Amino acid sequence: MITRRLLLGAGAALSLGPRARAAEPADPLQSISWAEMREQFLGGGPVVFDDGVALSAPSSAEDALQVPFLADAGKLGPVTRLVAFADLNPIPLILDYRPGALAPLIAARFKIQQATPLRVAALDARGLWHVAGQWVDAMGGGCTAPALAHGTDDWTAHLGESEARVFARDGRRRLRVSFRHPMDTGLAAGIPAFFIERVTVEKPDGSLLGALETFEPVSENPLLTVELPAALALPAVVIRARDNNGNVFRRPVTL
Amino acid sequence: MIRGIAFVLVLLWSGLAQAFDYGLKAVEVAPETYVVIGAMEHFSRQNGGNIVNTGFIVTAAGVVVIDTGPSLLYGRQLRALIGGITDAPVVLAVNTHAHPDHYLGNGAFDGVPIAALAGTRQAIAEAPPALLDGIYRLVGDAMAGTQSVPPGETLAPGLREVGGHRLEFLALGGHTGADLAVFDRSTGVLFAGDLAFLDRTPTTPQADLDHWLAALETLRALKPALVVPGHGPPAPPPAAFDQTADYLRWLRRVLAEAAAQGLDAAEVMALPLPPAVAALAVAPAEFARSVIHLYPAFERAMLSAK
Ligand SMILES: [Zn+2]
Repeated sequence: MITRRLLLGAGAALSLGPRARAAEPADPLQSISWAEMREQFLGGGPVVFDDGVALSAPSSAEDALQVPFLADAGKLGPVTRLVAFADLNPIPLILDYRPGALAPLIAARFKIQQATPLRVAALDARGLWHVAGQWVDAMGGGCTAPALAHGTDDWTAHLGESEARVFARDGRRRLRVSFRHPMDTGLAAGIPAFFIERVTVEKPDGSLLGALETFEPVSENPLLTVELPAALALPAVVIRARDNNGNVFRRPVTL
Repeated sequence: MIRGIAFVLVLLWSGLAQAFDYGLKAVEVAPETYVVIGAMEHFSRQNGGNIVNTGFIVTAAGVVVIDTGPSLLYGRQLRALIGGITDAPVVLAVNTHAHPDHYLGNGAFDGVPIAALAGTRQAIAEAPPALLDGIYRLVGDAMAGTQSVPPGETLAPGLREVGGHRLEFLALGGHTGADLAVFDRSTGVLFAGDLAFLDRTPTTPQADLDHWLAALETLRALKPALVVPGHGPPAPPPAAFDQTADYLRWLRRVLAEAAAQGLDAAEVMALPLPPAVAALAVAPAEFARSVIHLYPAFERAMLSAK
């Protein structure tokens, strides 16, 4: 019932143009930052709060440095972007995924600073953002704490080391990959921002399949999950990660 | 002026301290042996953090206290409860392990030797201040005045006779890096600490599942007459042993299977719980916590397997 009303509201916004802004659906999470988030990360485009994106995440963060979430926008048909952000984090934007030829599914972990809405918005073929979200409670401290890697003295020797594996999932192939990286936010005293900012999945010939921009809140040693649709028949892919210092890490994966 | 402020603070503090009454009750589970049973819940303002079992044995040589509870106030009320049962002094308090609901009452046992395994002493001494902050936030006023007071003495494992009770102190682990069980060979009562849970989902922040399962077999072999779990009602064996072991084995299997299927932690948390698990207190929340604690190791093993 509520969903239908929200959908109607968004439909009106689409057909009536900017004047219909006032009819935009209200944020179900009632975050004071919602309007700003929408302007900043969704370009102020039309939004709908519906179940187009299935978001899995805990209601409270047991470990403020590692809050897992998985977003699956499979039921929306073609999706051009998946954007994840946490309204009340000091750096809200977590990731911006352009799945391209890959399935519209992404899983990652992020650092949480305080209780905040977590949102994942999917942009469908009509240019409408479908926004899923939930509050995640937190003890705090995740974003300003230095990476655990700094407690060890050999982390630079392992920078960019990766592990990857492919799993069969309901006809699709799920690719899980992790890179050793401190993912420093720049918010901990004396430690500059140092993080992987772009991860691409490519064909062996180098052509792009999907591209993921990752930001400071992504957890240390990122573990990322994407899926290849059944129709994508390839013997192998290459995962390429680049950090903000220009380091490039390359991981070939046999499918 | 400063004295005036101090006076107001004392008034405020004592006001808060009087505000929370734990209503502690001692259940006599064997001769001279008492258990104070906590709620099978998470920390909350309503329960004042009293989610844990503590116990005491009134020996001819004085009272031995097993765990001091979640706050200074709890520790004081526990001491008052003991004082209502016996005039004998408390001669020893032990902390079974370094989880805050088991040792934050230490501050109330001024002048009493407080002992724990070496690993427990170290873990309490090194507990980050954020841990205490977090519990203050969850529990509120009942925490007034509570500080982390590490045990001052290292407890040597083995058999010790205390005022007519033959107490065996067992140095085990698996729930945390160092878990103490106290077996009273004179009464057959086993204080299992958090190595055993009954009707309440086990917690795993520092757990090593294989190690824990081995510890449960050690406890089972003692053939106690009664098991006092860290959380949940005291009961004759094997209920707490079986239930705890079943849960840990289920957890181990479900996490291994999930990792083999390539599930993300967020998906694992949402898996349906079998009825036997769902029937345990706070099961969904505790399972979600366990996924965060334990699943990364299963994922790493799966990703690095050739
Ligand atoms: Zn414990």
